[in-house]
Amino acid sequence: MFYRLSGVHHTRYATARAIWPVPADRRMVYILLALAVAAPLYLPDLYLSSYLLPWLVWGTAALSLSLLMGIAGQLHFGFAAVMAIGAYTSIHLARAGVPFELALIGAGVMAAVIGSIFGAAALRVKGLYLVMATLAMQYLVDWTIINVPAISGGAQATLNTPQVSFLFVPLRDDAALYYGALLWAVIVILLVLNIKRTSFGRALVAIRDKDFAAAVIGVNPFKYKLLAFFTSSFLGGVSGAVLAFCYYQAVTPEQFGFNVSIQLVAMVLVGGLGSVIGAFLGAGFVLLVPIILTNAVAWMAALGWLNVSSNLLAHIPLMAYGGLIIGFILFEPLGLAKIYDNIRKYFLVWPFRHTQS
Amino acid sequence: MDVGYFIELLINGGLTGLMYSLTALGIVLIYKSSGVPNLAQGAMVMISAYLVWMFANMLGLPIFIAIALAVVAMFAFGLLAERLLLRKMVGQPIIMIVMLTLGLEIFLRGLGPGLLGAAPKSFDIGIDIMPIIYGDIFIHRTYLIGAIVAAVMIGLALLFFRTRLGTKLRAVSDDHVASWSVGISVERAIGISWGLAGMSAVAAGVMWGSEQGVDWTLSMLLFPAIAVVILGGLDSIHGVLVAGLIVGILGSVIPGYVDPIVGGGTRDVVTSLIILLTIIFRPHGIFGREDIERI
Repeated sequence: MFYRLSGVHHTRYATARAIWPVPADRRMVYILLALAVAAPLYLPDLYLSSYLLPWLVWGTAALSLSLLMGIAGQLHFGFAAVMAIGAYTSIHLARAGVPFELALIGAGVMAAVIGSIFGAAALRVKGLYLVMATLAMQYLVDWTIINVPAISGGAQATLNTPQVSFLFVPLRDDAALYYGALLWAVIVILLVLNIKRTSFGRALVAIRDKDFAAAVIGVNPFKYKLLAFFTSSFLGGVSGAVLAFCYYQAVTPEQFGFNVSIQLVAMVLVGGLGSVIGAFLGAGFVLLVPIILTNAVAWMAALGWLNVSSNLLAHIPLMAYGGLIIGFILFEPLGLAKIYDNIRKYFLVWPFRHTQS
Repeated sequence: MDVGYFIELLINGGLTGLMYSLTALGIVLIYKSSGVPNLAQGAMVMISAYLVWMFANMLGLPIFIAIALAVVAMFAFGLLAERLLLRKMVGQPIIMIVMLTLGLEIFLRGLGPGLLGAAPKSFDIGIDIMPIIYGDIFIHRTYLIGAIVAAVMIGLALLFFRTRLGTKLRAVSDDHVASWSVGISVERAIGISWGLAGMSAVAAGVMWGSEQGVDWTLSMLLFPAIAVVILGGLDSIHGVLVAGLIVGILGSVIPGYVDPIVGGGTRDVVTSLIILLTIIFRPHGIFGREDIERI
């Protein structure tokens, strides 16, 4: 139909290596980008700043985690702590008068260094033990932030972000904040797409599939695991900073608690491990479904169809959220990205049922 | 340094640690037979405390009948969890299984308080709240009884693994395929181990629920339980006992002296450090069996 291809048949290496080998995909990306850039023109401010903006930032953070979990196969249950390090570093640097551009890089480097220290500690182990080690990292970082007044500004304190400008554009009105988040999302998307088709990405995939086997064919597991932790934590740290500056405009330790880590892992899993579009689909799904479900139940209760207590209503997000994780793992382990991929493949070979290859 | 204070911290810490082992026992039981790390154990403890409260207060049953009913219900819950969730996960990567149990944990965390009310509830199992006073040392009565229950449960678990059924479970934990080939029903064995974990969750739920009230915070026991399991070794039952004592004592003595200086919350730090250091220096724990991996 709109792909008009009946399967993908490459005749030159250059087309096979392209980021978007199929012209229709490329055109779709351009349309999406144009829609995203023009969003402040046609979307009301409310939708822009409280739906589209957080979706972009959380999607970017989920994508950073997906690079580590999906492509390199290293589980991380403390990614919110990495983001917290980034957010706090950037805010302190910006308050000390460092230009915002440098503060963002500083946030990334700080998060990457601390993230890789914990990563290096956990490199001897994998699977479940890695989960536990990163879980411990989450608690340690949380505690340090809360209990060191120089970082958190005292117990129960909220640090407001100072007024900053990025590349001479002051980040003040909603549109500017939105463009900041969009720019970061585009950078990370391009980076991850390109990592996936370089030797670095292929080395990470080899490590994910079996690290001993990768070592046998000459991929140094230690180096690449550490690099994966470093890259992913860098991106996560900057995402945390972007989240603090563009969305919350203040930081408290609770914004980066253990629940947020689980939420990020859920985004990656629901979206599909290692998939770029999946990270954003998953972020949207995990952010929106509990809200929609709660509203739907509240609406039905208001109509008198259901009889639910306000107490049950308050716990629906948690249940929805656990149910989502269980449901996706049981019925579609590859996540929303796989569903999208199935639909895309169907239309790619349309009007035929299958391709030869 | 005040010796009495130290000894009090030591004893109460040790007793708390044994009560942590009660939660940790369920994780080990499941891991030992199926290799599944059960991160839903915290929520299972919470749910069993809710069940005991529900049977005792909403149906008005005597507390011990309520506990017995909860044991039956949690055994059934364990069997169901295996049948509906875990059986479909055979052969999936570990991250999927970890996330499945974590999803179950989150779901139950919403379900219990959602249906039965989030306000803390309490039930009375007839333990005097007056501490036992010995010299100038105060020993918490609930902790003492909890520790005894924990020791008994661990002893029972050790004995159980010597019975015919326990031997089957050990065979299953060694090798699923080999167990199938000699006619052991691996699925049923794993189901039974989940049921047993549910029963040990009831013991933990009753002790902790009567101590600190029944609400969602009971599921936070998961974190110290994980530390106990990692330190003792994921597949070692007597490891649970020893590691429980260590985690409890360190988690009581160190905060007892450090908390006044840094302002609280050191217990989680100690727990995290125990997890982290164990993983760095001896990932398979004190008594655990080291995995040898083949390509």
